[in-house]
Amino acid sequence: MTTTPVRFSTTPRTGAVVLQGLAGIAGFLLLWELVTRTDLISSRFLPPASEVILRLVDYIRDLQFWRDTGETMASWAIGLAIAVVAATIAGFAIGSSRFLEHATRSTIEFLRPIPSVALIPLAVLLFGTKMQSSLLLIVYASFWQVLIQVIYGTLDVDPVAAETARSYRLTRLQRVRYVVWPTALPYLMTGIRLAAAVALILAITAELIIGTPGLGKQIALTQSGGDVTGMYALVLATGMIGVLINLIARFVEKRVLAWHASVRSEAAA
Amino acid sequence: MRALTILKNAAFILALPLLLILLWWLGTLGGTNFYVPTPLQLIVTFFQTWFGERMVEDVLPSIGRLFAGIALTIAIGIAVGVVIGLFRPLRRVLEPLLEFFRAVPPPVLVPLLMLIIGVNDQMKVTVIVSGAVWPVLLNTVEGVRGTDQIMRDTARSYRMTRTQQLLHLVLPAASPQILTGVRQSLPIALILMVISEMFGSSTGLGLSILQFQRNFAIPEMWSGILVLGLIGFGLSIAFRIVERRILRWYHGLREVQREG
Repeated sequence: MTTTPVRFSTTPRTGAVVLQGLAGIAGFLLLWELVTRTDLISSRFLPPASEVILRLVDYIRDLQFWRDTGETMASWAIGLAIAVVAATIAGFAIGSSRFLEHATRSTIEFLRPIPSVALIPLAVLLFGTKMQSSLLLIVYASFWQVLIQVIYGTLDVDPVAAETARSYRLTRLQRVRYVVWPTALPYLMTGIRLAAAVALILAITAELIIGTPGLGKQIALTQSGGDVTGMYALVLATGMIGVLINLIARFVEKRVLAWHASVRSEAAA
Repeated sequence: MRALTILKNAAFILALPLLLILLWWLGTLGGTNFYVPTPLQLIVTFFQTWFGERMVEDVLPSIGRLFAGIALTIAIGIAVGVVIGLFRPLRRVLEPLLEFFRAVPPPVLVPLLMLIIGVNDQMKVTVIVSGAVWPVLLNTVEGVRGTDQIMRDTARSYRMTRTQQLLHLVLPAASPQILTGVRQSLPIALILMVISEMFGSSTGLGLSILQFQRNFAIPEMWSGILVLGLIGFGLSIAFRIVERRILRWYHGLREVQREG
């Protein structure tokens, strides 16, 4: 990554940046409130921001909301964990051998672009509205994200480092631990970050369409019940969960890769 | 010698898929498994089901909406992204908002837009655009922002007009990032095409495969999954060809840098 030259005179402190961002959010909410209060957009389609936020506060004090959130997050976490573990193992296995990498490439390239929502009918057929349905979609979608990154990572090993390790007679296991793993780790973290976002999308999708319990199902219910305000409040909630997942993923990535050059140089700049 | 390499490559490409199909064929040889059709059954069903009326009534309209959505996504994403990327204050004010919009799981927009627009083609295309536009938009912002300052100053001192700067400096400089965004948004667009049809639709691929499942038409359901897979596969191949053409200079540059 190239570092852009920093011109100190025009770079405000982080405080100012945060303030500007908050101003943006406030402006957006104000605009939303205005167009609905002046009936520019009918409240049948878009209820005022204040009502939606009040409803969201109601939800936050409601145990059912937290139960739904728990269901969504549980299938997100379990699905993501299965996908990450399976893809890491498969990725290292495939990446460690030229032959396997060549032999599996066409199959991976074909299976990966299959949209996981195509598996919705299969999930319904096999598991009905149980959590396994969500898991099937989540695991399928996130598995490829991680697998591809891990394979790239294992192929990126510096040839000199690999040969050095071999001439020092490191065993296969040691080579994986001390040469391949550190090289592949940044790729793995990128894969996990992407997969975390995708897993949430699929968790909500499964709930919305199949009706497995969770926030997505709740959104479908408010929609069919004509509770527009509730629907917007839940959509806001899912957006906030999405932001939270992104922030946590980025934080973890930075922590785990604190030793890595890309993160170190960023911190120094 | 060359023929041998080609043969070897072909073997690498075909071996595993053929092996998997063979295993699948052996596994379904008894023909008693309710959930999994035999390979032959699937192929026959695939042609019977999709090459006829359904092609015109379901598949082509779906693909049409998908392409319309993708075209709008790219146009809007780049246009808005360039504007936001070029004006620093605007970027600062909008950044958290955009992060939020990107983080909203796109499928929740389907019930929202159904309410606002109703169930029709416009709704489905809008769903695709409103979910897929964020990766393009945010990557364009990043790409435009990352344009080399010295090049920018050079362009200005050569008195290039704003349009010239945009066409010959900003857009090419941002194009690797923009294409990364497009690559991320294509699978989202496809997912949203399917979902928008599963939600109260009268035609389309998404609805058809759901109906097959409800009627326990298992081979037809699998053939529908295959159709979606082929569309996804075709999309990723098409993208790679386009990317290679647009970014030929960039890949060349990278190679030179790596050797240097």
